Amino acid sequence: MTQSLTGYERYAADFEALEGMEPPNGSAWLRGVRREALAAFRRLGFPAERRGNERWKYTNVAPIARSTFAYPFDVDMDAVTEAFLRQQGPWSDDWARLVFVDGRFSALLSTTFDGDDGLRLVNIGAALHKDGGGVRQHLGKLAQSGDGFTAVNTAFLGDGALVEAPDDTTCERPVHLVFVSSGASPDRVSYPRALVLAGRNSRLTLVESYVGPGDGRYFTNAVTEIVAQEGSGVEHYRYMTEGAGAFHVGSSYVRLGRGSSFRSTSFGRGARIARNGLSVLLDAPGASCVLKGLYYTTGSEHVDNHIDVDHAGPGASSDQYFKGILDGSSKAVFSGRVLVRPNAQKTYARQADKNVVLSDGARINTKPSLEIYADDVQCFHGATAGAVAGDAIFYMRSRGMDEETARSLFVHGFASEIIDSIELPALRSHLDRMFSVGPPGGG
Amino acid sequence: MAAPKVISRTSELEADYKYGFVTDIESEVAPKGLDEQVVRMISAKKDEPDFLLEFRLKAYRRWLKMGGKEPRWAKVEFPPIDYQDLHYYAAPVKKGDSPESLDDVDPELIEAFDKLGIPIEEQKRMTGVAVDAIFDSVSVATTYQKMLADSGVVFCSVSEAVQHHPDLVEKYLGSVVPYTDNFYAALNSAVFSDGSFVYVPPGVRCPIELMTYFRINAEETGQFERTLIVADEGSYVSYLEGCTAPMRKSHQLHAAVVELVALEGAQIKYSTLQNWYPGDKEGNGGVYNFVTKRGKAAGRGSKISWTQVETGSAITWKYPSVILQGDDSTGEFYSVALVNNHQQADTGTKMIHIGKNTKSTIVAKGISAGKGNNTYRGLVQIMPSAENASNYTQCDSLLVGDECGAHTVPYIEVRNSSARMEHEASTSRVSDDKLFYCMQRGISDEEAHYMVINGFCRDIFQELPFEFAMEAQQLLRVSLEGAVG
Repeated sequence: MTQSLTGYERYAADFEALEGMEPPNGSAWLRGVRREALAAFRRLGFPAERRGNERWKYTNVAPIARSTFAYPFDVDMDAVTEAFLRQQGPWSDDWARLVFVDGRFSALLSTTFDGDDGLRLVNIGAALHKDGGGVRQHLGKLAQSGDGFTAVNTAFLGDGALVEAPDDTTCERPVHLVFVSSGASPDRVSYPRALVLAGRNSRLTLVESYVGPGDGRYFTNAVTEIVAQEGSGVEHYRYMTEGAGAFHVGSSYVRLGRGSSFRSTSFGRGARIARNGLSVLLDAPGASCVLKGLYYTTGSEHVDNHIDVDHAGPGASSDQYFKGILDGSSKAVFSGRVLVRPNAQKTYARQADKNVVLSDGARINTKPSLEIYADDVQCFHGATAGAVAGDAIFYMRSRGMDEETARSLFVHGFASEIIDSIELPALRSHLDRMFSVGPPGGG
Repeated sequence: MAAPKVISRTSELEADYKYGFVTDIESEVAPKGLDEQVVRMISAKKDEPDFLLEFRLKAYRRWLKMGGKEPRWAKVEFPPIDYQDLHYYAAPVKKGDSPESLDDVDPELIEAFDKLGIPIEEQKRMTGVAVDAIFDSVSVATTYQKMLADSGVVFCSVSEAVQHHPDLVEKYLGSVVPYTDNFYAALNSAVFSDGSFVYVPPGVRCPIELMTYFRINAEETGQFERTLIVADEGSYVSYLEGCTAPMRKSHQLHAAVVELVALEGAQIKYSTLQNWYPGDKEGNGGVYNFVTKRGKAAGRGSKISWTQVETGSAITWKYPSVILQGDDSTGEFYSVALVNNHQQADTGTKMIHIGKNTKSTIVAKGISAGKGNNTYRGLVQIMPSAENASNYTQCDSLLVGDECGAHTVPYIEVRNSSARMEHEASTSRVSDDKLFYCMQRGISDEEAHYMVINGFCRDIFQELPFEFAMEAQQLLRVSLEGAVG
């Protein structure tokens, strides 16, 4: 039964075909990493078990495991235009950008400004062949702790984004990684991959966008690894609006060095099943992270935010703040876990998840959990799900506003707390439009 | 002679587990192992009607289907249990037939309960608590029968209820916790030996507190008692349970099922002081307390309130829950769970909101000391039909020492847009500021710790009947011995 659910054979067949296409002088190192990952996937499978599967308790991935998604051996790189990208997600002409169509690097749509502020921004595939050293040291390391989804992604490792800020460098220009699905048939899977290396005392701003056509049925299985060295600061945004029939599983792994800071804000909309997995390891004193999120679900969408914060070293702090708006018969999940290991004294950890449910068919499952093995700590969590919407909307309607406007205003107000904290004007205005008065999602 | 014992029992508690004695009583023990024969034997011993034998057999078959796999999702660790290496029935041998009065009860037994400070002799009217004493899963005596009978309240052992009120038992047994519910509930349904039965007729306010005292004595014996409380329309009952076991090197299994049914306007208040033997300092021995407790607030405006103080057991695995089925019904859960040495506790509650305007409150306090691990695990579920449901949850954990663990795992599932749900939790150690404040006023470090911890639990202790609250405070102190200061 497990066999049919994981669909290992289907993926293994594509794997062999892909390996056969590699040039004989290709990287032996890469081949080794891929094979190891495929073996890991064979062992792990997709986490479709319903019993005792705490990490995926509220998200059933059987529809993904059962479906057949073809590996995109041939990608029509002209299928996606810049105009389409500008319309689908946040955009600024000043941002350096790498664009991937169905996981394949598009040199045409990308622009790197030749690293004018010291940043190195290249396709991983190319980087691996040129100088493997730094990349090999980190690529796939943090992701080793991942589940079957991450393992498959690594098994098909090819193109991807390498973002590297050298030591003591402040990279002024935000980096935009755009992963777009073409939605071409047959239903296909793509494996977006990013490795972000922030050197000592460097500063880096990163936007990841995952977009696709509104109607396609496809599967995006993304993995991002971020290593922040001592004293570095990474500002991270993750933007996801996949099509209503699409599946998205994103797994981000972050490791924070001494005194480094990681500020991340994620936005999730759409998709039949979307998962935003984020694991942050704080294993050095003084590391800190602020993880924010905003999710908005309508129709029969399903969005799952799974946050894992591992306090492995002392004196670090973490703060999670997620807000959700649910409409239609959609479902949203928040499961945040904070682990404080025995030696992680003086830890400060906070978790909060606030939800508004706008319709009776919608369903929120929230599970903020704390697992604490050190005593000199301050840890809190809170979760709310409330009918505040009803009171607020009533207030506005009693002042002559129509239902639709009142609802939109409420949604915008609820979301603005997160949106207003965005440092990038182009991203902020894009989200402002998305959550502004008018039909949801409209401009 | 024994009377003052009751009053002084809180003050004479010592650091060690005081209830660890073994009573030398002749008991009748079923051979080890479990099969259909044993289930039939238990049923025959108790001269049970057919429906009950059927219930047991169905449960046994269900349990077999579960393939000996106990649930492992809780954050507790224990070696596999050999379910064929246990006695499923142990009872003190009765002199002749069932005791007509206390004079017929084995004096050794009365003495055993005296040692525990349990007043089963009617002379101790002062305490004003009706007690059902359960020794190795068999009810040995129930006090105040007459007074209760006058008010129409039925308070007896389940075995007696089966004989005298079979209709009530048939109607309600398994109606809240079906035998299919979980591994231990299935096992309990198959082999339960005894427990307390309470029925409060419509409009009756039970005149005294009811109490059951559980005692495991025999070795390598599983204790499987079953409690059923039915509060009919507009009635009220307050029920207490306490439990102890002797010190044994091996672990003892305790898998009880408690079912509460509150009909329209009825209220049930259920308090537990759980002090099973926790094992020694190295984690040897101790009771595995795997219990299923659930109440159904079935009628409109009914209320079920659980209060528990959990200080004993090597492992505690229990989630006293309320199904809020009736409109305007209320569920409450107040809990203090303490672990020390190698104890593990995974406990919490489930509040299932089905009816309109249902309300639930959860206040859980966890204290971890020594090498103990304490997990709060709770579910708040608001179903689509539960218009205007509200829940407030607060769970706080206190860490004493740096080798213990405190975990909080709430599950919140909201399926109605009119629901209001709030959850808050915090984890920290006893603050240095508070200790400093106490100590500069001449209070010792140890005493200061007790004061802070006591204050931490105050909200819960206030929910307990007075005498229980006193005992709970002492129990907390004894259980923490050696962990603070």
